[in-house]
Amino acid sequence: MMFKQLSFILIISFVTLTATLLVSADVQAFNSDTYTFADEVTEKRYQALTKELRCPKCQNQNLADSNSPIAADLRREVYELLMQGKADSEIVDFMVKRYGDFVLYRPRVSTMTYVLWFGPALLLLIGVIVVVMILRKKPSKKSQQAMSSEQKDKLAQILKDK
Amino acid sequence: MNKLIRFIPLVLFIALGAVLYKGLFLNPQALPSALVGQKMPSFELSQLTNSDRMLTENDLKGNVVLLNVWGTWCVYCKYEHPYLVDIAKSGRVSLYGLNYKDDRQDAQQWLKDYEDPYGFSIFDPLGKLGIELGVTAAPETFVIDQHGMIRMKHVGPIDSKVWQEKFLPVIELLEQEATSTKVSNTMTMNKGEYDV
Repeated sequence: MMFKQLSFILIISFVTLTATLLVSADVQAFNSDTYTFADEVTEKRYQALTKELRCPKCQNQNLADSNSPIAADLRREVYELLMQGKADSEIVDFMVKRYGDFVLYRPRVSTMTYVLWFGPALLLLIGVIVVVMILRKKPSKKSQQAMSSEQKDKLAQILKDK
Repeated sequence: MNKLIRFIPLVLFIALGAVLYKGLFLNPQALPSALVGQKMPSFELSQLTNSDRMLTENDLKGNVVLLNVWGTWCVYCKYEHPYLVDIAKSGRVSLYGLNYKDDRQDAQQWLKDYEDPYGFSIFDPLGKLGIELGVTAAPETFVIDQHGMIRMKHVGPIDSKVWQEKFLPVIELLEQEATSTKVSNTMTMNKGEYDV
């Protein structure tokens, strides 16, 4: 069936596109900081934290990406807190306490963010249900029915006349 | 039933359109402050005009305290400066400055060149207190009550419109609170006297 093939192609291209976007979003960020770390784990944690915390001034960048002064200050703060031996969750709490939930690129699950977390899945589910319903819908009887004897006669008549 | 279903996409479209349309007129820079309703964070920083004098949160005294974050590098601080001078002259509030990520010499010169509206300015070259307060840039102004609670935060410059619409209602509320606590204080004092 034409329609089935078409929807299959659409779904495949959507998945591929999403995957491409996810991969390309993962490019390494650069800023001019030169912090040194005692071990690799701390460095990895620093990178992860500055990537997940959002710059409160330049709202479409994380701390690692942004060159704004406040982002540099907050990177320094993250570094200092790491040096003090604070846990990742403590550092995140420190930022949220001062700048609000807004600094989290991965918002916490709360009544405020249910729509954000579960909305897309819900929409996808609704979409799947609708597609399935359309695909399973039997073509209406009228078009499936063979010609009635009356119509057959008429057709034969027309052909004969030719 | 089938006819009703046909209208669902249209209804959804209109609802989505309404939400997005409203979003066009929201200010993305206006973030809810996590600090409102919290106590003024503690700090120990030197005074801008006197590096020997250390200031703490206890120095911010007054029934209604305004803490204005400013810097010589900040264009809008110059814009709001005349309004701040007026506010300071009215004497209705105690206005203090937080000199944020600035050079001490430059900032002192700035206050000399224009006019110093502040009771004093806290010197915060590294923006440490700024981070404690969730400051993202200057100018920002905090309204603090007599108990050292942050009651409002305003991001951006103050002008007469902002002052009228945003600050005055809060200031009036705080003034009422201050007088009512004073009344209750004197009442308890009186009661004490009678008891003796």
